[in-house]
Order: sequence, then structure tokens, then C-alpha cells
Amino acid sequence: MKAERPLSGGVREALPHDSADLHVAGAARYVDDLPEPPGTLFAAIGMSQHAHARVLSMNLDAVRSAPGVVAVIIAADLPGRNQIGPVLQDEPCFATDKVEFHGQALFAVAAATIEAARRAARLGKVEYQPLEPVVTIEQALEKEMFVLPTVRMSRGDVALLDKSAHRARGTLRCGGQEHFYLEGQISLAVPGERGEMVMHCSTQHPTEMQHMVAAALGVPDAAVTVELRRLGGGFGGKETQGAVYAICAAVLARLTRRPVKLRVDRDDDITGTGKRHDFRTDYEVGFDGEGRIEALDLTLASRCGLSADLSGSVNDRAVTHADNAYFLPNVRIVSHRCKTHTVSSTAFRGFGGPQGMFAIENVIAAIARRLALDPLDVRLRNLYGEAPRNVTHYGQVLRDNILHELLPELEKRSDYRARRKAVQAFNAKSEFIKKGLALTPVKFGIAFTAVPMNQAGALVHIYTDGSVHLNHAGTEMGQGLYIKIAQMVAEELQIDIERVHLNATSTGKVPNTSPTAASAGTDLNGEAARDACRTLKARLAQHCAETYKVRPDEVTFSNNQVLIGAARTMTFAEVARGAFFARVSLSATGFWRTPGLSFNREEWRGEPFYYFTYGGAVSEVAVDTLTGESRLLRSDLLHDVGRSVNPAIDRGQIEGGFIQGMGWLTMEELVWDARGRLLTHAPSTYKIPVASDCPPQFNVSIYERGENIRDIAHRSKAVGEPPLMLALSVYQAICDAIGATRDSREPVPLEAPATPENILKAIHALR
Amino acid sequence: MRQTLDFFLNGERLSLADEDPRRTVLTWLRERQRLAGTKEGCAEGDCGACTAVVAELDPAGRLRYLPVNTCIMCVGALDGRELITVEALRRHPVQQAMVDCHGSQCGFCTPGFVMALYAHYQADGSAEREALCDAIAGNLCRCTGYRPILEAGERAIGLRGDLKAEHEERRAMLASLPATSALVKGFAIPATADQLADFLARNPHATILAGGTDVGLVITKQHQDLPEVAYTGRVADLKSIDERPAAIEIGGGVTYAQAYAALGAIHPDIGELVRRLGAAQVRATGTLAGNIANGSPIGDSMPVLLALDAVLTLQRGKDTKEVKLAEFYTGYRKSVLQPGELIRSIRVPKLPAGARFAAYKLTKRIDQDISAVCGAFYADGSTVRFGYGGMAATPARAPKAEAAWPRGLNAACAALAEDFKPMTDQRASSWYRLTTAQNLLRKFHAGIGARALMEVTA
Repeated sequence: MKAERPLSGGVREALPHDSADLHVAGAARYVDDLPEPPGTLFAAIGMSQHAHARVLSMNLDAVRSAPGVVAVIIAADLPGRNQIGPVLQDEPCFATDKVEFHGQALFAVAAATIEAARRAARLGKVEYQPLEPVVTIEQALEKEMFVLPTVRMSRGDVALLDKSAHRARGTLRCGGQEHFYLEGQISLAVPGERGEMVMHCSTQHPTEMQHMVAAALGVPDAAVTVELRRLGGGFGGKETQGAVYAICAAVLARLTRRPVKLRVDRDDDITGTGKRHDFRTDYEVGFDGEGRIEALDLTLASRCGLSADLSGSVNDRAVTHADNAYFLPNVRIVSHRCKTHTVSSTAFRGFGGPQGMFAIENVIAAIARRLALDPLDVRLRNLYGEAPRNVTHYGQVLRDNILHELLPELEKRSDYRARRKAVQAFNAKSEFIKKGLALTPVKFGIAFTAVPMNQAGALVHIYTDGSVHLNHAGTEMGQGLYIKIAQMVAEELQIDIERVHLNATSTGKVPNTSPTAASAGTDLNGEAARDACRTLKARLAQHCAETYKVRPDEVTFSNNQVLIGAARTMTFAEVARGAFFARVSLSATGFWRTPGLSFNREEWRGEPFYYFTYGGAVSEVAVDTLTGESRLLRSDLLHDVGRSVNPAIDRGQIEGGFIQGMGWLTMEELVWDARGRLLTHAPSTYKIPVASDCPPQFNVSIYERGENIRDIAHRSKAVGEPPLMLALSVYQAICDAIGATRDSREPVPLEAPATPENILKAIHALR
Repeated sequence: MRQTLDFFLNGERLSLADEDPRRTVLTWLRERQRLAGTKEGCAEGDCGACTAVVAELDPAGRLRYLPVNTCIMCVGALDGRELITVEALRRHPVQQAMVDCHGSQCGFCTPGFVMALYAHYQADGSAEREALCDAIAGNLCRCTGYRPILEAGERAIGLRGDLKAEHEERRAMLASLPATSALVKGFAIPATADQLADFLARNPHATILAGGTDVGLVITKQHQDLPEVAYTGRVADLKSIDERPAAIEIGGGVTYAQAYAALGAIHPDIGELVRRLGAAQVRATGTLAGNIANGSPIGDSMPVLLALDAVLTLQRGKDTKEVKLAEFYTGYRKSVLQPGELIRSIRVPKLPAGARFAAYKLTKRIDQDISAVCGAFYADGSTVRFGYGGMAATPARAPKAEAAWPRGLNAACAALAEDFKPMTDQRASSWYRLTTAQNLLRKFHAGIGARALMEVTA
């Protein structure tokens, strides 16, 4: 027997991303890089020029006769249904008699080149009768326009507000956010026989794209296969938002009987696809002299755009996360889902959680300012604690809260108290530049709140050379899902990770999948893959038991070897080959469904989350009070990922999520004009962070004692979304700096994003 | 007259006669060369996913490595150069460091980062954080938060060996390319300023293409045909920077990257402004003259040039004339520049001893953003000049505020409200623009430099 060496690529190893070597070589293929089949046509969309208007007529003659044009389609040309609503049937693929946002699809064109298609798409002559657009949350509230009914939930008696010794009230605003995945939306449709269609889509939700395309084509779901190896970023923006492009490519492919590729121009992508919901929040809070919240009355209102899309779940999550880490004994939350004539707002990393947490963190800051306390002390005093202070406002008992340990550790590591004094000393001496400091916690619930979505499948083949072919329901969009699941498979089968081959996600391999979303990719798909591996191991063990006359439980898999009884050792490949000759199936599916979830949405009570993740961040900023410019100077993050499957990947999620959240809260500003046109539809006007925005001092730690109380994914925890909300510390630090410009007990009236203009406005308002 | 585009692609000598020189380099790479490593992120030069590297010999024969946005660069602009794409790199230290430091997640932006860092590496760039940030300020990553990419850059540069032999080989290769003028399908590549002036005199409505950072968007976003193009990139005698005792004369073809040191030597605030102008890719190709000729009201160079009272030399055919920048603009994107006329050079006066100066740029994002307001201030005894961008339809002086300055800061600030009625747009409101225009004057008065906020540490 050869010398012992550890298993290569099991869990806990900080392996690089599965495609890192391909990424750096420019050899990782995205949909646009796939060799185009001969005869491929290129498509473009004709978009509405009004936010709200009746369409009186549409003359597409000039489009049809433009050079290179092969086909043009409108709603009536769809063989099946004209619909892209993922939950409610409330949004057409192509607008017909009316348009409800600027940029809505009216028609699509296929041409010989992408340039010809894009030029032709501008030639449509559409006669509109403009109608008054409802653009802002306030306009929608005034007109009582909603995409979904208002939600009201409460615990205890909010009327106790009147009895509190102290009260504060205010209105908060946080902006939306464009995903700005670097790879724009794209679909390539390749027609097959009998109405079959193979779709290569950059999507987080292959199954939904499959359903959308099948319904638009009027063919069974089984005739459509959606496949993709990787996305160039998703962040929630490719959960539902690719439907229009997939449908257009598929229908044009059906009509022309040629492959059709639709790659969306960046400006059209930003204009035509949904974003994070922006929120207006009104609050009134009652609290005691030490800053403990006694009662909170919260009204959330979000801009949902023209249709419901995922707004129900997004806003629900804002409601379930409006506590963040704090016990709210008496609380009432009203949640309005406003209909506006803007693109339908959609999923974005955090999925409503950030907006709910944004609200409560501002409430805490207002309390601290009113009582002239350090906000950290108010935060610590309000944390969830022992029973009865361990039950969320929707009735879930917190069994895994670690913030009472994690936050003091962060406070110490970041030297918060000494730096608080240093900041005060700096501000006392500095006239124009003020510093600010803040520590904020994160508690984030893991599970899709829509219970049926908490399932996943996998397909594992073992070949006779012992190599393994792995498929699962999840999509790789940069988050490292493929490598983490490969590590879990390597660990389960006890084979080197080099033996595990990762394959493009395909609805033909694993059907009826949930989107890769809700931070749940590793949990759900990893467990499904392990389930398949366990099935295969059981078969192999049975085969060995029968062949070598031992009990199945005497067969163990360890470090590329199979130990059979006390005396015999074979390689994994030898066992696989032997099983093949014994006619044992070497292919298995696996399945996972998260147990124990229950949520009564009528009562707003139950256990919607399987577990919670926790974290904390301290940020220090400097603000120029003459211009409103700000800079992030230092951030210390301490985040709980349970026992990490891959600490390098998890660290990447923590850092990346934090910077993305910082962008949302500081520089990323979506500006619509009064006519409902988005003015910031390009990277020249919509600014996401660049390298110099990463804080010069950036101390990122994984919480060493982290361990999931649930036995899932090797006791690791979901990591995709929660770190984004660590960036609330940056925003609160900016508020702290602004607060230092005036000795006042009033809350800092800063709107997010904290652009230089919003900061300067807040400074002036405080005067 | 040469009727081919002559250049190298990853070491391979090409001579193209049939290619449309207006096609973007990115489209040419992906669709014609089937080199898909270079990605399209935005097609407007703002995300860096399409970054490749151009190697060229400058007029003095020095080898330069320039990061470029291939999405807005015309194939014609490759003439006389080598284009290096990610496919040419074989486990370069930058690539290895990016893997080792976990510098990629979704990977779509990664080839662009690799090439931006490769340009920095090849050009003897420093491993200091600020230098690395500048090298990749034109590259957007939505996944990593940049920390591992900066670490990768630092690590790669730490591994840099002696590149002399490689440079020598490349210099010889580039020297073998013809330097004569060319005309390919209406795309003129003159070799001298007189040839350029002559072509423009005969084709007065030709589009003048310099760095392409604006013209590129006409192709990719407005889908316009450009029948005649005059490319200034190979005009050797437009590329000089003449140091004179009281001024610097900057040729019409000089890029920001080339002018950076000379301008920064006038005053550090100007250096800081140029550092924040576009990003490395834009500064590598974009020219000062192009910024002036394009005449955007938010062009970043003009406030400084107005405050210094720069003078332009215009050339039309064989005639040249001088015009002060302060008298150049006549309206929104309008100037006294006639069809067929070009900016031959820009004379930028240096600061006299005792003169005070400051320049500030206000943006939503500190790096690689376009100004909401830009202000530059000059005061030398009774001579004061305030140049502003973002406050009116053109970059403009503030005559009333200048006149009020001797009466004190508050008088000047009040007068500024009479000089300007700025607009509200997606970058800032009228209120913000006017308030900060006044506050910038206060900063100048208080002697606060442009980098005051940058220099604060935790």
C-alpha cells in the first residue's frame, strides 16, 4: 500500500474557485463565448419610450426592411402565452395596448448581425397616448396603487408607545440598487426537432426559464432544456429577469428555424431589468432611559414597479428582518407594496432583508442620539437574549444566537472604545473634516420563506475508472458553489477532488429546481449531492459485501480506498469497475428538502427559517462637511459561517458582499426623472465601488467558534447574502460623522445612498 | 499611400486591407478572430472587462505598454502597434497571483483585470496600494470587493524579474512596422500634422479620432456611420510636450498619461485631478485636445486650463491661429473651432512665484467618475481666475465672483450665485452644485488642498 497522504480537496480546505485557472486565462466560457452554431441570428428588443402610455399603433415596416433583418415578432407572434410573471400572471413579455415602464419590450427583431439587429430595433414607429406615470413611492401611496395587498403584522401592544418615557419618530429612505453583473443578460436558443429548444441562458433559475420558454412556445416543459455552465454574476438579477430575453430568442428561433442569440446591451439591460426595491420607512419608537425599545410602530413602503415579480417575498423578508438583532416586545409593522410605472423591482442579494435592517439600525441610532448614548451601548442593550427575549416578532425562537459573544469580541478586536475616543478628539480639532465610527450587527434567516422552494436535486455518475460526474440543481455565478459541492462529494465518496468532474447545470439532468438564491445553494444542493453519494456508496458496499462475504457495514470508504472487512483494501476505481461487471448501477439521483419549516402567513407566526447566521462590522469614515464627500477608512468584519466548507470562498463572499452593500448605501444611486425614465442606465452615471473604495484597513475574520446547530453542509452556514448587511456599519458611521457637525439630540436625516449630495443635505438639515 | 492596417496581434504580424477600421477592436477580436477571452461589459469604456494591452513605441522610441478599452477602440487605431490579449499570457505572474489570492469569483471581469495588471507590471508599475488602485480603477468587479485583486497585484509585482530582453525583442518588432501614412476605407492615418491638416482641409466634415473615448460611443451606442475619419494617433509632431520657462506647450495628440507628469509639476492638485480623470485605460488613449474639442460642460481639464488661462493653437490647412480657452466655447458643445480645423497645441502657463492655486473635483465615486462640479482657482495679487465645470452649458470662468474676490470670501460666494444657475441632473442637483461651488471657493480661501480627505487615516 502506498504512503498515506491526506485526501485532496475535502471539506474545510481553502481551495481556489473551480474555474480560477480558466478565469485568469480568459478560457472560462460564458454564453456569449460558446461557438455559435452555423446560421445563428442575433436579436434585439424594441423598447417603450414612455413609462405609461396607451399604444395607439405600431408600425414596424422600417424594422422589417432594415438591412440584415430576418424576422420581427410582437405579442401576437408568440405561439403560446405572452406572460413573464413568476408568481402572479401580471406582466406581459411584450406590451400590447399599453406600456407600463420606460424600456418595456414591444417587439423583437432577429438579424444577420448584432449591429443590424440593434440598429433595426430603433426603427419602430410607435404611436403613444401618454398617460400620467406614477413614479415615486409617495405618488403610489397617495393613489393607493399596490401590486399586492398591504401586509399588517404585530406582536404585543404597540399602543404602549404612549406610555414610554421617551419617544422618537422619523421618516427614512433607502435607494434601490442595480445588480451590475459584469456579464449582461443573454440567451442563445438552438431549435431542435418537434419543437424542442435547447437554451443557453445566463440565469440563476434554469427551471423558470424552461417554464417561461415552454409556455411562450406552447410546448410541454419537457421539450425545453435550459443549460449553463456559469454566469458572469447574478446577485438576484438573473432569477426572474432573463425571461423576456429567453422567450424572444426562443420564439425567433422557432420562427426562423435558426439559432438565435440575444445579448443585451448594457444600457438596455439596466433600463429593462429590475433592481433592488427602494424603501420609504416611517417609524415611531418608544424606549426607556437606557435606550431599550418598548414599542415600535413601523410602516414600510417599497417601489415594486409595474408588476409583483418577487415583491411579495422580498417585502415579507423586509418584515421578518425589521428586527435585525433586536428584541421588539411590542411592535406593529405595516408593509405596502407600491405599484409604479417603473421596471419591476426584483431579487437582489439580501432580498428585502437589507431594507428592513436599514430601518431598525436607524431607529437605534435615533434612540442613541436622543439619549446621548454611544449607539453601540444601545445596540447591545436591545440584542435578543434569554427567554422571553429570545422570540422574534413572528414567533420563531432563536436557538442559535451568538451575538452576545460575537459582538463583544468584535468590539475588543476592533478597539472600538479607544477609537471612539480618538474620533471624538479628532472631531474636536478638525473643522471641515469629521470622522464617524459605528458597529452594527447582522442576523439573517436562512431558508426560502416560500417553503416548497427549499428542495434540491443532484445526479451523480461513477464511471468505471472511478471518476465522478457531478450535476446538481444549483448555478455557478461566482459564489463558489461548484467547488464547495465538489468538496462535499469528494469528502463523502472519500476520493480526491480531481476525480470529481463538474458539469453544466441543466434542466435535463436535474429537473424542477429552485433558483440558486436565498444563500441556500450549498446547503440544498450539497446535501442533495451527498444523498446521491450515499446511495452509491450503499450500493458499492452491498456489492463488496456480497462479493467478499462481509457485512455492508464492514465496508468503509477512506482516502481513495475502499476497506473491505479487516484484510482487504481496494482502490475506489477497482470497486467501481467490479460493481459495473456485477451489473450494479453506478448512477444515482439525490434529493434534499429542508425539514421542520412552517410559516403561517395569515397569522405571521411560525418558523420560516432553518437557522440564522450572524455577524458584525465596525467601520470608520471621514466626511468632508463642505462637499459631502466621504471615505471609508477602516472596516473590521467578524462573520459567522458555521464550520466553513471552504474558508477562502467564504471569505470572498464576506468581503464581496460587504463592498457591494457599501456601494448600495453610499454611491450607487438610481435616478428616475418625473416622466419615469431611468437616467442612470450606464456605468458612466451609475457608480459601483472600485478598488480604491475598498477600505485601506480591512480586517476580515471568520468567527472561529462558529458551528451550525443544524446538521447541514458539514455544519457550515449559508454565506451569500448576510455579509452584504455588514455594510450598514459604513452608513451608520457616516451618520455618526454628520452627527458630529452639530450638538443636537435630533436624528441625523441622511437618506441612502449617502452620496456627497445626500450627506451635504443632511449636514445642512441638521443646522 | 499605404492601404493596409499594419500591426501585431499577440506577436503575429497582420496587414489588413479588407477590415473596416471603424470596427471596434473588441468586436474584431471576438467575432473575427474568435478570441473570446476579452469580454464586453458595457461597450462604453467604463467597466474595463474588455481591457487589453497595446504596446507601442512613442516618438522618442520608448516602449510603452498601455491598457486600453477595446470596446471603444477602432481597429484602425492599432496601426503601428501590438495588441496583446489575455490569450497571449501563459501563466504570467499576474495570472498565478490572481489564482493564489482568490482574485476571481464569477470570472467575467477577470481577463480585464489580468490585462490591466499586466500593463502595470510590464510598465514597471509600483506595488504600492495607491498605484495599484490607479492601475485598476478602470476595472469594475462586482464580486470580490477588490481586496484579493490588490493583493494579487502586489504579489505579482513582487515576483517581477528582468524584462529587458522581452522589451528589446518587442521594441525591434514594433520598429519593423511602417510609419508611413495610410488610408483604409475612408479612415485616414496621417503621419504628420501637415498631412492631417491637409486631409481635414479636403474632408472638413471628417470625424477627428484621437483616443476614441468619446467617438467610440458614437459607434457602439449611437450606431452612427462615420464615412471619413482622421486618426491622430500616429501623428508624431502632435505628440510633443515642450517645457518653456513660463508655460508648457502640449501637442494636440498628447494623451493624459503622457501629460500627467508635466501638468502635475505645475501644481499637485492638477496631478490629483488628472489621476482621477477617467482611469488608466482612458488616460492611455484620451487626449487633452480631445477633451477640449469635445467641449463637454463637465470635461475635467477645462476648469484648470481656464484658471491658468491656457491658450490654444488652432490649425486649418496651413494657417494657424491662437485663441484663449476662455474665448473658445460659444455654447453647449459649441466652439469657435471650424470644420476642418484642429487643435494643434495647448499652451498651459505655469504658476508665477507667489501665485495661489487649487483644483477640486466632486463626484459620487472618488475614482473614475465624471464631475458633478469641478473648480479650479488661481489668485496672484489682484489677478484671480476661477474656472468651473458642471455649472453651465460650457466650462466657464466666474467673472462676477472673480470681481468680488477682493471684497472678501462671502462677497465672492454670493456673486457666484449670479455667475451660475446650474442645472439638476442625475449627477447632482442645482442646489448641490451651487452650494459646493461656493464651498470649493471657501476651501481655496482656507488653503485646503485637493487631497485633504484622501490623506485622513483611521
